[in-house]
Amino acid sequence: MLSAFKLMALATAGLAPIAISALAPRYGTGSAAPSVQLPELVELRTGAIHFRANGEFLRDGKAITAPIVAVTVDRPLAVMKNQVSVADYQLCVKAGACPATGPGETASDRPVVGVSWRDTQTYVSWLSRETGTRFRLPTDEEWAYAAASRFHDDALPEDLYRSDPGQRALAIYDRDAGRVMAADKAPQPIGSFGANENGLLDLAGNVWEWTDTCFQRITLDTAGARTAAVANCGVRVVEGLHRAYMADFVRDARAGGCASGTPPSNLGFRLVRDDVSWPGLRFVLRLVQPGSS
Amino acid sequence: MGQAFEIADGKVTISRRVALRGAALLAGALLAPASAWALDLPRHKVELVAPPFVHPHEQATKLGPRIMEFRLWVEEKTIVIDEEGTKLQAMTFNGSIPGPLLVVHEGDYVEVTLANPDTNVMTHNIDFHAAAGASGGADLTLINPGERAVLRWKATRTGVFAYHCIPGAMTPWHITSGMSGAVMVLPRDGLKDGAGRPLRYDRVYYIGETDYYVPRDEKGKFKHYDSHGDAYMDTMEVMRKLVPSHVVFNGAVGALTGRNAMPAKVGENVLIVHSQASRDTRPHLVGGFGDYVWETGKFSNPPETNLETWFIRGGSAGAALTKFLQPGIVGYVNHNMIEAFELGATAHFRVEGPWNDDLMTQVMAPGPIVSSAAHQ
Repeated sequence: MLSAFKLMALATAGLAPIAISALAPRYGTGSAAPSVQLPELVELRTGAIHFRANGEFLRDGKAITAPIVAVTVDRPLAVMKNQVSVADYQLCVKAGACPATGPGETASDRPVVGVSWRDTQTYVSWLSRETGTRFRLPTDEEWAYAAASRFHDDALPEDLYRSDPGQRALAIYDRDAGRVMAADKAPQPIGSFGANENGLLDLAGNVWEWTDTCFQRITLDTAGARTAAVANCGVRVVEGLHRAYMADFVRDARAGGCASGTPPSNLGFRLVRDDVSWPGLRFVLRLVQPGSS
Repeated sequence: MGQAFEIADGKVTISRRVALRGAALLAGALLAPASAWALDLPRHKVELVAPPFVHPHEQATKLGPRIMEFRLWVEEKTIVIDEEGTKLQAMTFNGSIPGPLLVVHEGDYVEVTLANPDTNVMTHNIDFHAAAGASGGADLTLINPGERAVLRWKATRTGVFAYHCIPGAMTPWHITSGMSGAVMVLPRDGLKDGAGRPLRYDRVYYIGETDYYVPRDEKGKFKHYDSHGDAYMDTMEVMRKLVPSHVVFNGAVGALTGRNAMPAKVGENVLIVHSQASRDTRPHLVGGFGDYVWETGKFSNPPETNLETWFIRGGSAGAALTKFLQPGIVGYVNHNMIEAFELGATAHFRVEGPWNDDLMTQVMAPGPIVSSAAHQ
């Protein structure tokens, strides 16, 4: 009944710089024996999911609930089984490639935390060079696909967007204030939060994960067609118990001031193998009209 | 004797040893009224409540002066002061930081029973800025663990006033460990504006601001101490540098935000009493006004009107009356935003009611800059 239509991956703008750097010759993809062990990867088969699009959406000049979009992963996706650990990250630090992380958990069997998106890019460069295999952060869509049942949709109800700014503010506030704080902020040993149905460890535990997806604000017309989009790649999507948007230089998320609720407890990351050369699109986004999914 | 002091998680009964000592005190106390100045006035016993709430009271009263009885007790305890779980060896009046707000009217007598249960280890007392003589009563109330004292003072000045512990050389440590609160002495006929017209409030909240000085280890992490004594020397060293590790409302970061946000409704007049027994602060309502503000906190002076930010001097209390005009979240911050955002000095009002489009409307939601507009 409703025509689904294709939405070119809006993350394009955000992916471009990474894709370019991934092609840079210094990565030595053809180099001799790798000096660093490859991380353990889980290969996910192709498939499709529906999930709540990231970013903010406007229709007729008013904020609306982000639509549910169809995500098709049309090639296998190799994802790190666990988050990058302190031991993993320290190799990069000791090699002089990565900046040391701030004070905090230093036990080597814990996920590394206190890393910014920029830090993850340094690690990606180093790991890709040392292993001879290209890596990158997942996009938000890929993270949701990999996280499967561990992905949390905390969108506000549709009708709230028709109410006044005060009611909206209160609803957002109450949702955020009601978020369950991860019981303990201290990073736990790898595996503590168990595996999801894809065999991936610690998704949506107490360490949030950086993605490559830029913050975006998308304008739709009355019919639901996209008329404009602004991407801010200085802000990236962070995924975990809830979705968050974080400036790329932030290492430690925090609330405060007029914001309420619960910021990500820790910022860490896991990588995917970069199997497809730019500009190949790995998946297609379709905006699904409300009610048609 | 079975005399018990309520604490947060139940009741603490004074030990037999102290009970015996108390019995001796009581024997003395029985004789005391003969020597103490007797006062033939009606008595009213007030049950105090923990901030930000305030015990029920009349704003204006037709009654004559009374003896208002309050019970304050000291509790030394370990508390958590931020989301990271930083622990503080705190000292409190009635288990809360700040201590409760005491409300009386001009001409009333404030009769405070101050107790120091033997579960504590230190000597404490109380200095009421609203009281004349004997260091605000501190000289007459210095008590050891297991002791109590009763002090009566006459409320001769209207306004909001701080009170705090002042036990000699350790005074600043006791204050910055939580031992402060406030008294509100209302005019008998209530609050008035500069022209003498009555002002009334639908709700009153009491916000006590405290600066903490928690020592850090060599890695920069906050240190935890098992006892007050262990914490003392390191804490004093941090205090002498005058750089607080935390500046908080109601005892802890986030104590008045999220699920603890203070409820209010559009159209209500809300009186906000704010005290800071240690250092200066500058309250501000984010998206609101101080309609009537007694910046120095004394009701015999006309209130200033329509303030954006006001100044509370360290060692005093102030009061601001505001009418909420829009629903949503109204931040109440120390407008040194570093202290508000980084150190914790933030509270939220959760205001319900209808939005007023006339006062504010979003003409255009955020969106791309149109080329012609980009150069405007």
